Amino acid sequence: MSATFIPIVAGHAEGVDAAAPVTPKNVPHHGGPANPSAQALMEKFGSAVHRVDVVWGETTVIVERARVNEIVRWLHDEPSQQYDFCADVTAVEFRDLELPIEVVWHLRSLPYRRFLRLKALIPKGQPLAVPSVWDIHKSVDWMERECYDMFGITFTGHPDLRRILMWEQYKEGFPLRKDFPLRGRFSRSEQLRQALSQNPEAKYSMQELSIADAFEDLPRDMRQRLSAGEKVGE
Amino acid sequence: MGLSPRPETSRVTVDPQSQESWVTTRLDFLVNWGRANSLWPMPFGTACCAIEFMASAASKFDLARFGMERMSFSPRQADVLICAGRVPFKLAPVIRRIWQQMPQPKWCISMGACASSGGMFDNYAVVQGIDTIIPVDVYVPGCPPRPEGLMYGIMMLQEKVKKERMADTSLRNEMEPDPNSQLYISPRLIDELSEPFGNSINQTRSGL
Amino acid sequence: MATTKRTVEVALSTTGLDSRGRPQRVPLVTDQSGNLVPVTASPALEPELEGDHMLINIGPQHPATHGVLRLVLELDGETVVRCIPHIGYLHCGFEKIGEYRQYNQIIPWTDREDYLNSPGNNVAFALGAERLFGIEITERCKVLRVMAMELSRLISHCVWLGTFCIDIGAFTPFLWIFQQRERVYTMLESWIGARLTTSLTRVGGMAADIPDGWTDDLENFVRTFPKVLAECDAMLTKNAIWVGRTVGLGAMSSAEAVNYGLSGPMLRASGVAYDVRKDFPYLDYETYDFDIAVGQAGDVYDRYLVRLEEMRQSIRILEQALKRLPDGPVNVDDHRVILPPKSKATSDMESMIHHFKQVMEGPRPPVGEAYVAVESPKGEKGYYMVSDGTSKPVRWRIRPPSFVNLAAIPKMVEGHLLSDVIAINASIDIVMGEIDR
Repeated sequence: MSATFIPIVAGHAEGVDAAAPVTPKNVPHHGGPANPSAQALMEKFGSAVHRVDVVWGETTVIVERARVNEIVRWLHDEPSQQYDFCADVTAVEFRDLELPIEVVWHLRSLPYRRFLRLKALIPKGQPLAVPSVWDIHKSVDWMERECYDMFGITFTGHPDLRRILMWEQYKEGFPLRKDFPLRGRFSRSEQLRQALSQNPEAKYSMQELSIADAFEDLPRDMRQRLSAGEKVGE
Repeated sequence: MGLSPRPETSRVTVDPQSQESWVTTRLDFLVNWGRANSLWPMPFGTACCAIEFMASAASKFDLARFGMERMSFSPRQADVLICAGRVPFKLAPVIRRIWQQMPQPKWCISMGACASSGGMFDNYAVVQGIDTIIPVDVYVPGCPPRPEGLMYGIMMLQEKVKKERMADTSLRNEMEPDPNSQLYISPRLIDELSEPFGNSINQTRSGL
Repeated sequence: MATTKRTVEVALSTTGLDSRGRPQRVPLVTDQSGNLVPVTASPALEPELEGDHMLINIGPQHPATHGVLRLVLELDGETVVRCIPHIGYLHCGFEKIGEYRQYNQIIPWTDREDYLNSPGNNVAFALGAERLFGIEITERCKVLRVMAMELSRLISHCVWLGTFCIDIGAFTPFLWIFQQRERVYTMLESWIGARLTTSLTRVGGMAADIPDGWTDDLENFVRTFPKVLAECDAMLTKNAIWVGRTVGLGAMSSAEAVNYGLSGPMLRASGVAYDVRKDFPYLDYETYDFDIAVGQAGDVYDRYLVRLEEMRQSIRILEQALKRLPDGPVNVDDHRVILPPKSKATSDMESMIHHFKQVMEGPRPPVGEAYVAVESPKGEKGYYMVSDGTSKPVRWRIRPPSFVNLAAIPKMVEGHLLSDVIAINASIDIVMGEIDR
């Protein structure tokens, strides 16, 4: 059995420089060689690619918000790209509140040993929504939930977009937005009161309670609140 | 501020009724000796301090020398709650519930700066000291405390246990939080306790 | 009085071992496209027995969840049908607080985020900040940082091995391996003054050079540590209980593992030889001679083997780093980021100005952004920093490897028994401080 086993090695795609990669040295601030995928994206998607930057040796492609899913799918499926590893999904809000919020995807192509940063800009005043790439990369499941939790950005198409780090009834807003103060919106005693007055029994979501057939065993007031549509769980 | 005026006369009152007999004090000694040397800890380890707690329990530092080799992961068979690590607001009802599940007599060690005061996490997510949620007997400073520091805290707790008297029934009173707010100290006091202090006052600006 | 004598035959070869006492592996089969995939564990679901599914809650305070993870499991008998993880019980707002601190001030936070791997995080953050400032560090600093990263990989894997053993029921290796960990702690303490939260690096250099005689300690450690590792290996690898409780659990095929974004030993156990040190190197890792451990089946046992081998490779890297440690300065000669020596700051006007500006305003990188990934013991750890030209980052994003690895746990535990959930969860090597941040 072990004789037939061949591990998948990164950089195995055809046409990849056979020499082993080296530590980047003296990386320029702007310019330098761009990732060839950026050129391919411009040829393929044309006007959906707004800008290509090379900052500190990393290629950033700013794309149209509505077509993110399509672009990521093409990058994933196209044999000459094969971006099969989605490293990170996050968002950036700038201190200058006029600047748009950026949603950032960090993609890696293991067969070609490439790194690409995709960005979609959401100008101020527009609804905070971008397409989810969950159907292509399963790895973004929790990262998109976290981004929603921290910034309030909706990923349309994500199957289970709930808060993940803060609890479901968290009332103070989205912590990583710039208008959110460092110590939270409420006083310490109010924060503590809200945290402690949660019913510890009410920590199960409706989905979990339906698994357990435990609905009938709950206290009556909880049953009433649940049937009234209150969101329970974290 | 300022000094309070010195009382004009100092008087010592002696109430013979409150004096305990020789038998009870000796019995106190025996019971406390047993309790102090067989404290079963409930390690409520959340973060970095839990790693130092593990190091204290491992071979080099060997917490078993203090009668603590029996880690009780169920709060119902535990004597000491060792809160090792930071406690965010999401965890606050959990630690409160664990404390309520522990039977009397029980004590609490707050291990590390984050558990004792919020430490370097003066932000929206972290409880500024677990003493706003549960009563604490011994605070161990450090970020994280060295195992020697934790042991010193444990020895201080043992000293405290050895000084307890059975006649003092107030020691075993359960703390009852206010039913509406679930807080057991007044909101004003909590705000006062968790005010930013020192250098952290100057570090609320982002960008410069 | 009559006595009876009973003979009990103990079956020494359990299902996990073959007749020669060697661990049996999960058989591989080819799927439609011809790839080798492990046979998925058959979900031993009983055909509709009486009774309902049961809900089991593990955590957030449970000794086997390695912190404050909470798992809600739907069980059919003893078989897991569905697993719903809940995290966030240790959310401490690291990323928010990073926007309020200067670059060098953030380094103490990196200690406490993946607290098993503090020196590694310090190095990773410093690398990211140096990319943002456009600084090339000195040769001696590079080698010292490699030493710090490999030592921290060792102590992180030591904790993983110890706690994994406890979860499965073996206590002895925990005591053995923690003695070795204390030795690394002692070395770190003599270097930097702290055991766990080291804050080892600064932007452009290190907080301190190693003290005299430190390399002798490290040589001694490098010489003796493999013996302890071999003892643990001898005790566990062919142990029937160990094999029986780990083989065939939580298997992920290589395609799944890449798609779920697993990294580090989790990904390599599934047969994908992706290591940031080799494929996107930093700190001149390409000049060190070391191998990447790769598993075949992607199960818990393979993850154990991969991590054990990684510890040996770390020792190899440490040996080479010891041989090549050059003399010379540790910090770069750059007034933007490195404080001038105190004697010059009090005598030389220009140095005093630099000192004042750095302390009062902090170093300012140019406008830009950088994502720098390193190979942490858990996987690909990335720091993404965005600067708008001020001395504090606009955004400091941590790409936590165990966060992404843990997200695959519902997929991994499905169809396994309740007791196997503990082993699978332990094999991910989660650190809640890093997951919740």
